[in-house]
Amino acid sequence: MNIFFTLFRRELGGYFSSLNGYVIISSALVLVGACFSDLVVRLNTHPTDMTLPTMFFSSWYFWLIMLLSSPLITMRSFAKEKSNGTYETLMTAPVNDWQVLMSKFCGALFFYAMIWMPVMFSMLILRMYIDNALIVSIPGVFTSYFGVLVVGMLYMAIGCFSSAVTKSQIVAGMLSFTLGMGVFMLGYRSFFENTETNQLVELMSRLSVAAYVEECSRGIIDTRPLLFALTLTFFFLFVTYQVLQRRRWK
Amino acid sequence: MGEEKSDLMIEVKNLTKRYGNVAAISNLNFRVKRGEVVGLLGPNGAGKSTTLKILSTFMAATSGTARVAGYDVFDQSEEVRRRIGYMPENNPLNPDMRVREYLKFRGRLKGLSAVESRRRTDYVLKECDIDDVEYKIIGQLSMGYRRRVGIADAIINDPELIILDEPTLGLDPNQIRTARNLIKKLQGKHTILISSHILHEVEMTCNRVVILRQGKILVSDDTKHLQSIMGQAARVVAEIKAPLEDLKFCWRDFEGIGGVDISASEGDYYRCVLSFKAEISDPREDIFRMVRENNWNLRELTMQRPSLEDVFMYLTREKEEEEDL
Repeated sequence: MNIFFTLFRRELGGYFSSLNGYVIISSALVLVGACFSDLVVRLNTHPTDMTLPTMFFSSWYFWLIMLLSSPLITMRSFAKEKSNGTYETLMTAPVNDWQVLMSKFCGALFFYAMIWMPVMFSMLILRMYIDNALIVSIPGVFTSYFGVLVVGMLYMAIGCFSSAVTKSQIVAGMLSFTLGMGVFMLGYRSFFENTETNQLVELMSRLSVAAYVEECSRGIIDTRPLLFALTLTFFFLFVTYQVLQRRRWK
Repeated sequence: MGEEKSDLMIEVKNLTKRYGNVAAISNLNFRVKRGEVVGLLGPNGAGKSTTLKILSTFMAATSGTARVAGYDVFDQSEEVRRRIGYMPENNPLNPDMRVREYLKFRGRLKGLSAVESRRRTDYVLKECDIDDVEYKIIGQLSMGYRRRVGIADAIINDPELIILDEPTLGLDPNQIRTARNLIKKLQGKHTILISSHILHEVEMTCNRVVILRQGKILVSDDTKHLQSIMGQAARVVAEIKAPLEDLKFCWRDFEGIGGVDISASEGDYYRCVLSFKAEISDPREDIFRMVRENNWNLRELTMQRPSLEDVFMYLTREKEEEEDL
């Protein structure tokens, strides 16, 4: 466990020892802030029955930032170590591959969680000024964050996998973006269509990460999509582990 | 536990590694005893780094076995990794970390407690003479300092076996001397395996040499034997101003001479490239005496150290002769 925490701290430190981490965080904050204030203004002009978390987490702003930031966070995890050779010194220390993988994954997830934290605070602060649970419900804010984290786990696992298969951070980023987009597109159609009329669309809606986050933002935590996301996360982590083990294949 | 106390530190048996159809190393067999300093010598592509990568458990061999401190590098790799300090080729380090921070991190990674890691960091900083840069960012250090940080990392957990892949590659002569002195300092405390493609380098630091060529062991012997091989392969160059016939006559009778190659040089001088038999260690004084007795002029007298290629050629020739017999 000590080794895991040593690696985890180093991983997190890696984000902040160069400008990269600060650039990712500040860019995400600018975008999130702009998007958030836009939604608050719209609340005044266009009456809606949606709560603010639902409006935010089902908007294209959120998914744009989410789909773009995930590869940026994870692309360095293994690819950078491989390209500057430190992968060799890391793997010849008495650490096991799971410890390395989980520290990279958890480091990325922690960083990802930090990016979304300010949005939650903004919502809670807004709630202090508008005493209306129909606009911002406090449990809704927490369940939204939970949903964002669950989807984040999946995207960080996809990112770790992409980074483990290549030496190039650019390739890792592109692969991660493509796979992440693919998972998002699974449920894309169901986002717009009526799910009751078409079985295929209904099936896809069950696999939709967008629908899941939207549901969470309404305060509903459904275990089925949760299980789906966790299974897929574990699947990608397992495949990544196999990729790490590959060098020990005879 | 019995195995741990064994006298053998490294035992390699029939080790083969293939990349597709190309064998990087094939059927390597060698042993290294505890406390020895062994040089793995060979030109680029001879399989040195592959061998070290397998011994450091980074890579699996295609076939054969390798044991370090009695543990199998494949089946008991974590046990092996606890006992080694490995510096890969090109000495990769985290460029964004500070020296002290990096060494503490590596110590913790290698299983030291926080207190122990701090204590060992202080020790290796002094031992490797890098305590003046302990708070500098590694990316801003010179190559020589970085190499010493790499070696400090390799010894941070006081390993039984230190594996250094080309520890002097890319360093200037002063830095090479510092790195070499550092390695000499480690002798006796640890078993050391060093790879290099410079013959002279290995001769200075190691007491035994394993020479690889095209993935196979050409010779595995102690450095003294290698030096005698080198003596046989040594050449002397002399530039002498003398009548050509007299010069040829003198060389014919010269003691221990193996071969002469005379070519004309500027200003009526003749450039003689001479090879000598094994029993002659340094014929330069005799050559000088001969020139003086004949009242000739001498403007160059150099003993050329044999290159790795010369030793290879010598050893291969020897092997071919053995096979012919």
